[in-house]
Amino acid sequence: MSLKLEEIRNLIKESIPDAEITIQDLAGDENHYSATIKSKIFNGKSKIEQHKMVYKSLKGKMGNELHALSINTIEA
Amino acid sequence: MNEIAKKKISELIEKNEVCLFMKGTPDVPQCGFSLAVSNVLKHLGVNFKGVNVLEDNDIREGIKTFSDWPTIPQLYIKKEFIGGCDIVKEMFEKKELQAKLSEKKIPYKN
Repeated sequence: MSLKLEEIRNLIKESIPDAEITIQDLAGDENHYSATIKSKIFNGKSKIEQHKMVYKSLKGKMGNELHALSINTIEA
Repeated sequence: MNEIAKKKISELIEKNEVCLFMKGTPDVPQCGFSLAVSNVLKHLGVNFKGVNVLEDNDIREGIKTFSDWPTIPQLYIKKEFIGGCDIVKEMFEKKELQAKLSEKKIPYKN
């Protein structure tokens, strides 16, 4: 089970169009990623809500096809 | 989520003021993210319960629905969901976790 870096980027972008996204494949195995996402939709939201928005954009893939994604959300 | 899972999880967070749902145990974590959160709590000298989700599939699947959060580890303090690994680490670095522990009257050392 794995997910390509570009697929992750596209999924996030679809839900959060203004997102500035940086993704790193940490282990080079398409399974452990780290993503930094900057968007206006995070403004004024709690960290939990911000991360949930990112998880939602991944449409249930998180924890399934995608094993590990470390998330850093930034308000724009 | 089935009722058994819901009951088990409710009881765990009721009984344990600081409850960490993790893969493996605090002594032998089975995943880097679980290790990281466990280490933050150990570093702060917080007395916590580590619940090994790998030993109970009801809890492993149930906790994701319970918290509306797709990944493990998950930290609860006095029944409040605090977050997963990234959030706990960030809160620790910004001293927000320490503030949360103080607010909830959980002893810890700096």
